[in-house]
Amino acid sequence: MQIELFKISKRPRTYIAFAAISAIVLIFQFAFKADGQSYMNLLLQNVQDNFDLNRTNAINGYFMCYIILNTLLVQVPILVALIAGDAISGEANMGTLRLLLSKPVSRSQVLMVKFMASFIFTVLLLVWMAVMALFLSMMIFGTDDMLIFRVKGDESQILQITQDDVMWRYFAAFGYAAVALTVIAALALLLSIFAENSIGPIVATVCIVIICTIVSNINVPVIDRNVKPWLFTSYLVGWKGFFYIGTNEEGLPIKGSLENWPAIRNSLYILFLHIAVLMGIAMLVFRKKDILS
Amino acid sequence: MNLILEVNHLSKKYRDFTAVNDLSFSVHEGDVYGFLGQNGAGKSTTIRMLLTLISPTSGEIRIFGKNLASHRHDILAQTGAVIERPDLYKYLSAYDNLSVFAKMSGIKVTRKLIMDQLELVGLADRSKDKVKTFSQGMKQRLGIAVALVHNPKLIILDEPTNGLDPQGIADMRNLILKLSRQMGKTVLVSSHLLSEIEVIATRMLIIHKGKKIVEGFVQEMLDPAKTLVQLDTTDNGLALEYLQTTKWGTGASAAGKSIRLNINKNEIPQLVSQLTERGTGIISVQPRHSLEAYFLSLTNNESHVEPFAN
Repeated sequence: MQIELFKISKRPRTYIAFAAISAIVLIFQFAFKADGQSYMNLLLQNVQDNFDLNRTNAINGYFMCYIILNTLLVQVPILVALIAGDAISGEANMGTLRLLLSKPVSRSQVLMVKFMASFIFTVLLLVWMAVMALFLSMMIFGTDDMLIFRVKGDESQILQITQDDVMWRYFAAFGYAAVALTVIAALALLLSIFAENSIGPIVATVCIVIICTIVSNINVPVIDRNVKPWLFTSYLVGWKGFFYIGTNEEGLPIKGSLENWPAIRNSLYILFLHIAVLMGIAMLVFRKKDILS
Repeated sequence: MNLILEVNHLSKKYRDFTAVNDLSFSVHEGDVYGFLGQNGAGKSTTIRMLLTLISPTSGEIRIFGKNLASHRHDILAQTGAVIERPDLYKYLSAYDNLSVFAKMSGIKVTRKLIMDQLELVGLADRSKDKVKTFSQGMKQRLGIAVALVHNPKLIILDEPTNGLDPQGIADMRNLILKLSRQMGKTVLVSSHLLSEIEVIATRMLIIHKGKKIVEGFVQEMLDPAKTLVQLDTTDNGLALEYLQTTKWGTGASAAGKSIRLNINKNEIPQLVSQLTERGTGIISVQPRHSLEAYFLSLTNNESHVEPFAN
């Protein structure tokens, strides 16, 4: 593991992902600092009459992080694929795979170490996102109660989470995102076994994510029932569930509660199942594969 | 001497193509064992099977007296290899590359160990430089250092002189001889260059189309009766016509602008004098390596490219 992390840390491409996240977050922060109120007015145009915005500093660090994550967590799979898709195919392309596998380490060990390294990279990426999108935003925009804008069925909702109830939700959301992105890492790693250059598995992973995301967004009953529940892309944005606060009979938010914990838990089960199946297939294929590179 | 490597009835098939066909051979302790064959003969496939990179279709490999399939970890811990090109991590320094592979070999890595290995292959002064700045010869030497760093008993080198300049080839040859004679290592070296094997190997195997052709001591195969001579005269047509009426006629043939014939080395002066007496001027007589003649005769002079003639 130490060797694998050392190799990843020495590759310039590793830092592309961190630089990309920094750039996007800084652009968001600059834009909202300059003209965030226009965005807020747009969001509130339907509800301004019955919601008192002046009660809170709406564009605060918590709100900013939510907006950034909403955008970034769709793009981050590409950054994860960049590393995981290169894990085996990159070694094959460089010619180091045959040297690596002629050492006294088992192929299962090599694959698991590559997987764990991809997981650690994913977690570091999310930690960096937390630093940039959450903590830096808190410094720039300050803190207050968090407002969540949500469309549920035909109705638009604004959820208000008190600031002392926010932080644990972010930790949980980042944890969930780590699991969801690990599915992408496992998929990219599996595809990486079949290729002898990095481009193929990276592009293939991104294509699969795009196709599955499109299918996840098709609202046809037969797909809703039979396909969507099994697509990992249906659960990639499941982290938002941690910000959907539970309400009492009067419709008032209950501090520390979740609207639908069982749904989040089931999503996690399915994501873990995806990781297990993808890594199981990867293990079977890699152990039998003839190394001809 | 102890048997280090034993290959029994090894085969590898890819659908309809048989890359290695019922191959058996053995390597003894201290051997520099030449593994010879044309490109595509099945050398690399065999070597990859010895290193568990490819699984055999059938047959058994025993190294250090143990079955490779069931004792992979123990065997590979005592085996070092350079497989075809010495591909290493280009973005790491020579020191880091060696350190990474040494750790993967399961040994305790110290700075002294790494620097000693780099010294052995003449790269100590480039230890901090990234491999992407290295020449092919330097990469090859670093590859050897990677193969040696964990002090293996058996060293497998697949085409180690590929892509090297003459000085690099000479350095590699000396290094292999040093490994064998000074350090007591057993070396299996594959090559399609007979001249290389002839100089360094004690025993050798010739493989052709995946099958063993012959195995034995190199010296026994260096038969003076099997010298191949390339002859250039002032009138090759006339000379060939004449040669075909002599005892050398069966082994004589046109090869591009030259004549090629098999002849006992001791008979070359006689050949020259007979042609000269008949008024045919001799431009050059080039004896080829005896092993090359032997190899060509065993593989039926199969050429992939028609001789060039203009």
